[in-house]
Amino acid sequence: MTTIPLSWWLTVSAALFSIGMYGALTRRNAIGILMGVELILNAVNINLVAFWRYIAPNDVAGQIFAIIVISVAAAEAAVGLAIVIAVYRRRHSAVVEELDILKN
Amino acid sequence: MNFFFDYIWLIPVYPLLAFAAIILFLNPSKKGSAGLAIAMIALSTVHAWAIVFNTIGAFMADAHHGIHIDGWSLPVEWIPTGFTVFNTGFAVDGFTAAMLFMVPFVCTLIFIYASEYMEGYEAEFGRYSRFFAYVSLFAAGMLMLVIADNLLLLFISWEIMGLCSYLLIGFWFEKTYPDADKVATPRNLIQVLQFWKYAGPDKIPPKLAALKAFMTTRIGDVMLFAGMMILWSVSGTLSFREIFAPDMLEHLTEITLWGIPVATLSALLIFGGAVGKSAQFPLHVWLPDAMEGPTPVSALIHAATMVSAGVYLVARMLPLFATMEHSPALQWVGIIGAITAVMGATIGVAQYDVKRVLAYSTISQLGYMMMALGLGGFVAGIFHLLTHSFFKALLFLGSGSIIHAMEHEIHAAHAHGHDDAHPHHDEHGHHDEHDHQASHPAHPDPQDMRNMGALRHKMMPSFIAYLCGTLALIGFPLTAGFWSKDEILAEAFLHRSEPLAFWIYIAGTVGAIFTAFYMGRQIGLVFFGRPRTSLAENAAEPGWRMTMPLIVLAFFALFIGFINIPEEVFGIHVPFGGWLHGFAGEVHLMAEEAAPGLNFAPGTFVPQVAITSSLLAIVSFFFGGWLYSRRRTAEELDPIQTIPVIGKPIFAILYNKYYFDEIYRGLLIYPTMALATFCAKFDYDWVINPIVNFFGRFTSLLADGSAAFDKYGVDGYFVNGIPNAFNWFGGQLRLLQTGRAQNYLLILVVGLLILIGIYLLLWTGGAAGVASLPTS
Repeated sequence: MTTIPLSWWLTVSAALFSIGMYGALTRRNAIGILMGVELILNAVNINLVAFWRYIAPNDVAGQIFAIIVISVAAAEAAVGLAIVIAVYRRRHSAVVEELDILKN
Repeated sequence: MNFFFDYIWLIPVYPLLAFAAIILFLNPSKKGSAGLAIAMIALSTVHAWAIVFNTIGAFMADAHHGIHIDGWSLPVEWIPTGFTVFNTGFAVDGFTAAMLFMVPFVCTLIFIYASEYMEGYEAEFGRYSRFFAYVSLFAAGMLMLVIADNLLLLFISWEIMGLCSYLLIGFWFEKTYPDADKVATPRNLIQVLQFWKYAGPDKIPPKLAALKAFMTTRIGDVMLFAGMMILWSVSGTLSFREIFAPDMLEHLTEITLWGIPVATLSALLIFGGAVGKSAQFPLHVWLPDAMEGPTPVSALIHAATMVSAGVYLVARMLPLFATMEHSPALQWVGIIGAITAVMGATIGVAQYDVKRVLAYSTISQLGYMMMALGLGGFVAGIFHLLTHSFFKALLFLGSGSIIHAMEHEIHAAHAHGHDDAHPHHDEHGHHDEHDHQASHPAHPDPQDMRNMGALRHKMMPSFIAYLCGTLALIGFPLTAGFWSKDEILAEAFLHRSEPLAFWIYIAGTVGAIFTAFYMGRQIGLVFFGRPRTSLAENAAEPGWRMTMPLIVLAFFALFIGFINIPEEVFGIHVPFGGWLHGFAGEVHLMAEEAAPGLNFAPGTFVPQVAITSSLLAIVSFFFGGWLYSRRRTAEELDPIQTIPVIGKPIFAILYNKYYFDEIYRGLLIYPTMALATFCAKFDYDWVINPIVNFFGRFTSLLADGSAAFDKYGVDGYFVNGIPNAFNWFGGQLRLLQTGRAQNYLLILVVGLLILIGIYLLLWTGGAAGVASLPTS
């Protein structure tokens, strides 16, 4: 049986990363941006796992790294949502374009 | 005893310290200033007399051995100049000792006199302390002059005295005489030749008088300096001792400049300085106007000390004059002296101001001294100088007492009027509104003898002292003036086969007649007759500080002549005869071979001369006294004017002082002023100023251009441009700061891509590196 080449996995990961980046950059809604960020993190995870599986499958470091990334992503999503809720409570809107107090 | 000699330079320093102290500290305190000045000059007197008596002692000890005093000297290294050191120094010989006896002593008496005299003018002018500062400085100058052993130090002191003379004559500089400005000036030669039409003001204000004195003596000073320069350039030294060494004198006689031996030329120029300072013809015009100064100034400067500085100079330099038997320099000295003696005496006959009579008398007597020196009679000249100083100072101080007495009524009225009408002046001498006209409209001139009369009843002690001075001046037998004047006349008479001596004898005798006449006139007008104005009626004797110096001076005027009586009088051998000849006469002994014109013979008593001159003097004196004591009113004509036909013109000529002032004004002053005006116009209006202004404007224009360049070019382009660029750049960068997190994320991504690209391309070998990544 022919295995899937590593480059395919990387391509998927890169594509997912790009989609996630696009989403993070272009969503108006804050939650949409968070979703994009999640996609990015997942893309990174795929990348990590692919590299682990194909380069050093016996080394457990790749798995650990991926698990850490998942937990960090979860924490970060929670925090991000908390911030969005706090901002929403204040401004009654989750549109990110309006959060420009740091302008100039 | 050597202490006094080693510190001889202190003698002028004491009054100099007084001057400094008064100017710096003591100005507010009148008593302090006067006290310090008097104390310091008294100290100088003590120190000087210590030296004098020491010298006399040394002389008397040696006298029997016939050894002359070499004098004593204190050289002082002053300025190192290259290989040599410029040496100055002080020296005392018989002549200096004689001067040191007279000068500080007379100064002390005059200072004491002035301390009371100047109080009367304190209310009107103030500056009492400054007066004492000035006279102290003057005394310092005169004292330094007599102890100097070289021409340079003498010249420095000469100039100090000139300055103080200016300051003191113009002491009351606010005084104005309104009619002094209204006199016309001759403007061309024809007008000059009609000088009698431009008869000048009788009095000029003190400010102008001071300038006149300074300018006139300056002419003399320039000549003196020129003489000094010539002398120095040929002989290389200015020290008396070195110049009068016989070889040096011969050297100076051999070298000629423009055909004239240097000795004679420099002697004549030096005499020019003396002509200015001692008010000889033709530079005598400043002395009568110098009477505008306070009377102590007249006594000090213009009778006793400064004008004698000229005589001192000629006497000191006499070997230079006398390098030939009948040296032209000596002849000029004698001629000018004779002219001056007669001229001064004749003018004095027609003057009304009490001080002017004495001023012309001074001019005349200085002429006598010059006549004596012109005959080579060194000791005769300085003997007359010494006696004259005493009795002329006495006369001037006496005239001051007379004026003070006449002004008694005015000062009383002033004080009285001031108490009522005007508030007191404050300390700074802020004066009343009335300008200081010489004659307040109310009262007559206190100095005019026509307004006086019978003053002897009001001021007997001063009158007696004044009489002593007068007798000395006219040469009354046995007074000091008699001995000194007689020595001159006797000397001239003995040499009467020589033309110069003959004319000197005539001039001296004529002068003596006129001198006696005008002094008799003065005594008659002032002290006898009846009081002609209220001023004379209310006159009062001044205080003891003014009368005491008169009495002391009177003593000297009568008796100081006995230091130099001829050795045989009417066949009687006088034990101490010719003492001054021995004491001071040998000063120039070392130059004897090289200076044949000098006359070392002690004075001889010539009975015809003595008796003739005494009789003429006494007769003229009493005639003048009788003629003028008969005057009844202040306005009537002078008896000379009543002589038919020639009386009025003669009196006018004499009254107007032979029109010297007018001639000088037209011939010298007006052209100089015209030239000065022309030069001023050249400078201000026509040439110089326009050029300077042009350059100024041009430079200003350049500066403006430079400023514009700076403002627009440098500032605009560089200094402001750079920040502007930065501002624009920053402004552009600021646009990145949108405040939106997504934009920041975008920038982050873009930057990351760029970095990745750079990494891939450069770090790992480019596309090949990408391709080498494992793919399975």
